[in-house]
Amino acid sequence: MSTPVQELAPVAGANILTASKKGRFDRYARVRFTNRLFQYLFLLCILALCVVLGLVIFFIGKTGILTFRDISLSDFFLSLDWTPEDGKFGAGAFIINTLLLTGLTLVIAVPISVGMAVLLVEISPMWFKRFVRPVLDLLVGIPSIVYGYLGLTVLIPLIREWTGENLGDGLLAAALVLSLMILPTICRVSDEAIAAVPKKYREAAYALGSTRLQVIMRVVLPAAKRGIVAAIILGMTRAIGETMAVVMVIGNTAQLADSLFTPTAVLTSNIVMQISNVEFDSTWNYALHMMAFLLLLISFLLIVVIRFISKRGGDRA
Amino acid sequence: MSSFTASGKNNRAKLYNQVATGLFYALGIAVLMLIFWLLYTILSKGLPGITLEFLMKVPEEMDTGGGIGTVLFNSFYILILSLLISVPIGVGAGIYMAEYAPANRFTEGLRMCVESLSSVPSIVFGLLGLAIFAEYFQVGLTILGGAVSLAFLNLPMLCRVTEEAIRDVPAELRNAAYALGTTKFQTIRTVVLPVALQAIITGICLVAGRAFGESAVIILTAGLSTSGEMWDFNLFSPGETLAVHLWYVQSEAIVEDASQIADKAAAVLVFVVLFINLVFRIPLWFNNRKLKK
Repeated sequence: MSTPVQELAPVAGANILTASKKGRFDRYARVRFTNRLFQYLFLLCILALCVVLGLVIFFIGKTGILTFRDISLSDFFLSLDWTPEDGKFGAGAFIINTLLLTGLTLVIAVPISVGMAVLLVEISPMWFKRFVRPVLDLLVGIPSIVYGYLGLTVLIPLIREWTGENLGDGLLAAALVLSLMILPTICRVSDEAIAAVPKKYREAAYALGSTRLQVIMRVVLPAAKRGIVAAIILGMTRAIGETMAVVMVIGNTAQLADSLFTPTAVLTSNIVMQISNVEFDSTWNYALHMMAFLLLLISFLLIVVIRFISKRGGDRA
Repeated sequence: MSSFTASGKNNRAKLYNQVATGLFYALGIAVLMLIFWLLYTILSKGLPGITLEFLMKVPEEMDTGGGIGTVLFNSFYILILSLLISVPIGVGAGIYMAEYAPANRFTEGLRMCVESLSSVPSIVFGLLGLAIFAEYFQVGLTILGGAVSLAFLNLPMLCRVTEEAIRDVPAELRNAAYALGTTKFQTIRTVVLPVALQAIITGICLVAGRAFGESAVIILTAGLSTSGEMWDFNLFSPGETLAVHLWYVQSEAIVEDASQIADKAAAVLVFVVLFINLVFRIPLWFNNRKLKK
C-alpha cells in the first residue's frame, strides 16, 4: 500500500502558479476555493452527527432527570412496583427483565452463531461460504416487526403446544426471536475475527499433528477470543435496544419474570406501549424517558467496552 | 517410515474431529433450513392473496376488505424523504472520516460519536422525534417528524458504509490523480467517488431496507393513523407506514380479516425489503465476476 502523496508533502507548486495572478478570481482560485469549501462542508456533516448525538442525550436526559423531582433514586431503581395510576414508578422489574432476556438470548444465540462462524471459516468449502453469507444478509434485512409477527403467529402456538401453558408469551418466546435476529450480527463479526487469525498459527498446530477440531478449539478460538467477545457485545446492544419484535411476544405485563412463560415487560417494550397514552408533563412520562436514558447509558457502556477490548487486542498484535 | 502407530488417544482425537465436523455441518444446515423456512412461511402465507386492489386500497376501520394503499405510499414517502435528508450528510461525514480526518484525539472523539450514535436503540430516536416535533414545535405526529427521526437513525450507518467503501479505494489511484495536479476535492470527486460509488450504493440500499421496515421510530413520531387519502403529499399529515400498520392490525384492529391483512402486509414488507437489497446487488455481482476474470 502506498501512501497518498499529498499526505507526505503539502503541495507548494499550486502557489507558484497562482502567485502572479493574485487577487483575480480565475480558475485556479476557484478550484482552490471549492477544495477548501468542501473540506469544511464534509467536516460540517460529521459535526452534524455529533450534534444529533448531543440532541439525543440532551432531550432524553433532560426529561428523564425530572423523574427524580417526584420520586427518589432508590424508589426508581430498586422498587419492583410499577403502577403509574397510584404514582408508583419502580423500574427495577424492567431492568432485571431486560438483563434476564439479554442473558437468555446470548445463551441461545452465541453457541449457534460462533459455531456457524467456525463452520464458514475453518471447515466448509468456498462455494458453501459464498452461498451462506448472502443468506445471512437476508436475515438482517427482514424487518424486526416481521420477526415479532412470526413469533406471535408461529412460535407462540408452538410453545403453547409443547409446554401446555395457556399463554406462551414471555421470556422464552422473546429470547428465541431475539436470538434469530442477532445471529447474523454475531456470526458476521466473529467470522471476520476468526478469518483474521494468522495462517501460520494453524499450520504450526497442524504440524504438531493436531486434528482440525483441536486446531479450532485450542488455537483458532483462543486467538480470535477478543474479536468474538466484541461480536457478542455488539449482538448484546442489538438485543437490549430491540423493541417491536419483543413487544409482540413478551406479553406486556409489568411484573418480574418468575418463569420462562410469565407474561412480562422489558424497558423497550414498556416505553413503546405506554408513551403514547401519557401527558407530556407527568411523572409517568418522565419515568419512561428515564428508562430510555438508562437504555442509552447501557448501550454507550457496551460500546466503550468494545473499544477497550479491540484496542488492547491491537496493542498485542 | 511407518513406525508410527496410532495410540488410543490419537484414534479418539480423530473420532472427535469427525463427529465435530458432522455436528458443525448439521448446525449450518439447520440454520439455513430455518432461514428458508421462515422466508417461505412469510411469503407463502401472504403473497398468493395479494392483488393490485389490495395494494392500492385505503385501509378500513370497521369493514372487511381493507387495503394497504395509503400506508404503503407513506412507507415509500417517508423512506425517500429520510434518505434525502440523511444521504448527503451521512455520505459527507463518511468522506470526511475516510479522506480528511487526521489521526488525532479529535478524530478519535468523532469516531466515538459515530459508534455511540449507531448503538442508540431505535426507540430512543423515536422519543427524540417525539420531543422535538410533538413537544417543542407542537406539530403533533407527522410524516415530516417520522422522516427526520428516521434520517437520524440512518446517519451513523451511512457514515460507516461510506467510510469503508472509500477506504477500499487503492491509494495508487489517488496518487495518480494528484500527480496530474488535482486538488484533494477534485481527486475525491473525479477518482475516489466514482470507484467507491458501487459500494456506497450497496450500503445505501442496506440502510434503505432497514429504514423501510423500521417501526419503533415511526410509531412514536408519525403515529398510528393516516389522513385517509391516497397520494397525500402533505408533510404535516399523520403518516402510518406499512410496518406500523402490521403492528396495528395485529394488536388493535377490530376488522374481521385482520389476520389475512397482517399476513399480506408482512409478505409485502419482506418482499420490498428483499427487492431493495437484491436489485442493487445484481450489478455488483456481475462486476465482481468481470473483475475476477
